[in-house]
Amino acid sequence: MIYFDKVSKKYPNDSLALQDINFSIAHNEFVSIVGHSGAGKTTLLKLLLAEERPTEGSVFFESVNVHDLHRNDVTKLRRRIGMVFQDFRLLPDKTVYENIAFAMEAAGRSDDEIAFDVPHVLELVDLNHKAWEFPGHLSGGEKQRVAIARAIVNQPDIIIADEPTGNLDPVNTYEIVQILKKINDIGTTVILTTHNKGIIDLLGKRVITMEGGKIIRDDASGKYVL
Amino acid sequence: MHSGFLSFWRNGFVSLSSILVVTVTLFTIVSLIFTNVILESVLADFKTKVDVNVYFITTAQESDILQMKSTLEKQPEVASVGYVSREQAIAEFKDKHKDDYLTLQALNEIGDNPLGARLNVVAKDPSQYEGIAKKIESQNTLLSGGVNIVDKVNFRQNKDIIDRLTKFIAGVKQFGYTFALILVCTSLLITFNTIRLVIYMTREEIAVMRLVGASSMYVRGPFIVGGMVYGLVSALLAMILFYPITLWLTGKTTEFFGGVNLYSYYMHNFFQIFFIILIVGMALGAFSSFLAVRKYLKV
Repeated sequence: MIYFDKVSKKYPNDSLALQDINFSIAHNEFVSIVGHSGAGKTTLLKLLLAEERPTEGSVFFESVNVHDLHRNDVTKLRRRIGMVFQDFRLLPDKTVYENIAFAMEAAGRSDDEIAFDVPHVLELVDLNHKAWEFPGHLSGGEKQRVAIARAIVNQPDIIIADEPTGNLDPVNTYEIVQILKKINDIGTTVILTTHNKGIIDLLGKRVITMEGGKIIRDDASGKYVL
Repeated sequence: MHSGFLSFWRNGFVSLSSILVVTVTLFTIVSLIFTNVILESVLADFKTKVDVNVYFITTAQESDILQMKSTLEKQPEVASVGYVSREQAIAEFKDKHKDDYLTLQALNEIGDNPLGARLNVVAKDPSQYEGIAKKIESQNTLLSGGVNIVDKVNFRQNKDIIDRLTKFIAGVKQFGYTFALILVCTSLLITFNTIRLVIYMTREEIAVMRLVGASSMYVRGPFIVGGMVYGLVSALLAMILFYPITLWLTGKTTEFFGGVNLYSYYMHNFFQIFFIILIVGMALGAFSSFLAVRKYLKV
């Protein structure tokens, strides 16, 4: 489904963010990418989303070179990828419901679809009772759950979670990981970046380890080794 | 569309500067239209009052004068020729100076009628007066003995005034266009900046929109619509402002300039004027928004 083919990324100031990256991810996999800060995890994700172009090599999404896509097609690509971030990135003056609905509006879904789907995803992340609260009134864990709900509401093919538990306590961290596992079980591919050893050991799924812009390990049911 | 209106309502204060400057621009444009109307009307009025007067010597024979009159009337450029006999001329003169005792007395002293007859020639188009005057000066009916019966052709003075007025109007128009152009550019700049500011203020929302894969139109649309809303509001403001102004001005200018009732012109052509400034306003807004979005909104 995703294939990185000899990808390198060099920034104008000569810093080499990625060197000769080669790997692929199949449908319905759950992959964790680990590494120190600056290892290149976020750059990898940016390349996948076509936010940056590789200096060398190609990034394929379902056999299509992501960087050959026309701008309109890039936006379509992004609708198939749900993103979750460490800092949640919710809109502060919209309620929980509106934040999720917004993702559907922006993707051009009808009012009926929105009215049907939003309550469903809210139930999935167990936040029905907080639908009309503003993000400012929610805890970190609750905010991240809203972010996940927003990420899955358009039924994407992949969820990318970039350090989703970075700002959360252990209990909330556990809950978020469980939600991500549940999403993966339903059939969505999940890519998770983290440097939380606990999550990795808990998951027991594939782990790609990066350092200095290179992939140094790729374990099918990995343990956290750095 | 809906979200365009909303977002510009919410950013009310910031929008104010843009609305104000566009209103001023539109206001100026309408003022220009009005000034044009007034000046053109004055010029037209003036042109009708202009004629060529041919003054004859006192000993000219009426038959010769009348013959000249009919010759002139036959000219294609001539609209009409009026004949004022010596007696009529003196009566007019006395009437004009009826309060001027000294002049009347001087007239009595002379005894005889010092004034000659005259012909008032009205041309179909003021530009033809020069031609007519020249013709008259060259084609003089001669008395027996070869004396020129035409004393004076009074055209030069009026021509001067017409020329000066025409130049003045051209000058005013030129100034007006330049000024309006400057204002249009200013409006474009300020609206551009305002939209840029709003883009900055809503950058979080924009980032999320891009994240969830919103189309270009979805992201840009509200800003362009917002620009057009500025134009719309400004046009409305300008029209509302003009209503009392034309009422007030009409009182002052009708007498002075004569013949142009601004207020009735305004009401009569209300929809045309409104339509013009609406289009101009909305185009201004949309265009500068478009530029701002292109430069500052990376989609």
